[in-house]
Amino acid sequence: MPFLSQGDRKPTTKHFTLGLVLGGLLWLPLTAQAERIFISNEKDNTVSVIDGTSLEVIETIRVGRRPRAMAFSSDGSELFVAVGDDEAIDMIDLETLQVVRSQSSGEDPEVIRVDPNRPYIYVSNEDDNIVSVLDYEARTLVTEIPVGVEPEGLGISPDGRWLIATTETSNMAHIIDAEAMEAVHHRLVGARPRHAEFSHDGSEAWVSSEIAGMVTILDMEETFDVKHVIRFDVPGVPRETVQAVGVALTSDGRYAFVALGPSNRVAVIDQQTYEVLDYLLVGQRVWHLALNADESRLYTTNGVSGDVTVIDVEGLRAIKSIPVGRFPWGVIVEP
Amino acid sequence: MRPTPWLHCLRGVVGRELLRFLHQRSRFLAALVRPLVWLFVFATGFRMALGVAMTEPYQTYILYEVYIVPGLVGMIQLFNGMQSSLSMVYDREMGSMRVLLVSPFPRWYLLICKLLASTLVSMVQVYVFLAIAWAYGIQAPALGYLFLLPALLVTGFMVGALGLLLSSLIRQLENFAGVMNFVIFPMFFLSSALYPLWRIREGSYLVYQIAALNPFTHAVEMIRFALYERFNMEAVLISVSVAAILLALAILGYNPSRGMMARKGG
Repeated sequence: MPFLSQGDRKPTTKHFTLGLVLGGLLWLPLTAQAERIFISNEKDNTVSVIDGTSLEVIETIRVGRRPRAMAFSSDGSELFVAVGDDEAIDMIDLETLQVVRSQSSGEDPEVIRVDPNRPYIYVSNEDDNIVSVLDYEARTLVTEIPVGVEPEGLGISPDGRWLIATTETSNMAHIIDAEAMEAVHHRLVGARPRHAEFSHDGSEAWVSSEIAGMVTILDMEETFDVKHVIRFDVPGVPRETVQAVGVALTSDGRYAFVALGPSNRVAVIDQQTYEVLDYLLVGQRVWHLALNADESRLYTTNGVSGDVTVIDVEGLRAIKSIPVGRFPWGVIVEP
Repeated sequence: MRPTPWLHCLRGVVGRELLRFLHQRSRFLAALVRPLVWLFVFATGFRMALGVAMTEPYQTYILYEVYIVPGLVGMIQLFNGMQSSLSMVYDREMGSMRVLLVSPFPRWYLLICKLLASTLVSMVQVYVFLAIAWAYGIQAPALGYLFLLPALLVTGFMVGALGLLLSSLIRQLENFAGVMNFVIFPMFFLSSALYPLWRIREGSYLVYQIAALNPFTHAVEMIRFALYERFNMEAVLISVSVAAILLALAILGYNPSRGMMARKGG
């Protein structure tokens, strides 16, 4: 057989090189990060698209005025962007990267979440003290849920059962029954609560407080009460610059990451013991965070320095900062 | 001549320098303590806790103690180069230099051997310092430590040649100490070793211009880029050229018929 007849030939440098190339090609798909990262630039009215392999901006999408929070549609075909000054949700087709439609959202939409079971978008309307529920398929307003003064952060449990709205003047976390569409529990948290994030098993909700510079952990299984409070102390940094905002939790229950605003740090926390393990230096005024699909990387938006820092989760170190538009606010990674 | 005696000579000079370095433990400690004090005390005071703005070759924001490390590597080489040249003045005063000068090899070769020897000594100091910095948490990419080798060689030759040139101009040991203060401190402080050039520019445009012209700035940048696996063509070209010019002048300075040695009867 011709193939076997080559067996007695000694391997040459050419063969070795060919082997390396082929081996490299086989290895490539395993190591490449074929993901896209979307960044909303609050002052530029754009969404930057970063390629996860090259870590470079590959596209800039023009959207409505003052884009902030983003979320994917349940089928993953569209990206929703809350454009605050246009009082709407812009919807970007992920194939063409164009805004294909827009839906009215009520006044000053800031944070949005998508229901995992129904075609609903939850919108915090800061000026109206309500959470609006929009049907993005029927393009209708489903209902409005009254909450405290100046609702800001929204978090939804993995099963879609609970929604948490944080109100920055009331300093409360309002726990909303997503079936009944009404707030059933109200809990005091730290000053100016900004963000709510559920653990992947839905047993806890982590609520960050900007002015208090702390994270409150709520028990979401039985009592809905405050279970633990984490405070931050970045060495050498003035206390008032430590402002807790974005939160990201790994699905394996290992790490929690909290963006600490103008202290330019991301806190790394042990999800089990709530111990702060490290503070990672990133760009200026770090605001929101997003983990990629395999949770090997964490992306942060740095509002003042206008860039995105990429953190290697395994090594717990910042590996690169990528300039984007002016005042990047939200970040989301295509699943 | 056959290559073996040349290598024998090189081995002799390098061996003597390394032996002297190993025997002078206080010198080794002093060489190590100086940059460590800068790293642990000075850099802590100037911590810039909110980070140093992103600048090449760094890919992201860094703390001041990370920024200062390549400058301290340059500092180790600068002090070592000067100290090694100081020993030339000492050798001349004590008469041990005559042993070297009766060698049948050309004087330029002896000087290059001497420079190589002092550079190797400084490399040992640098890697011990970097190992301590690594344990402290200041860690460059693994390959950076390898790419650093040629950059250290060039910097070692540059500052060593400057020291040799100065030693050829100086008659007595006491004078040399004064010259060191006039050379080492301005070279070090008027460079990018402690602050990025853009930062110096914000403070004083004149100081910035001086720092940008200072060859030591380019040596430090060459070290900084190499440590982070990058090649800075401009810094390398300037450092290599300055090293070559200084070496030529030092060789000229030590030429018994044409240089300063002739005038001083060294």
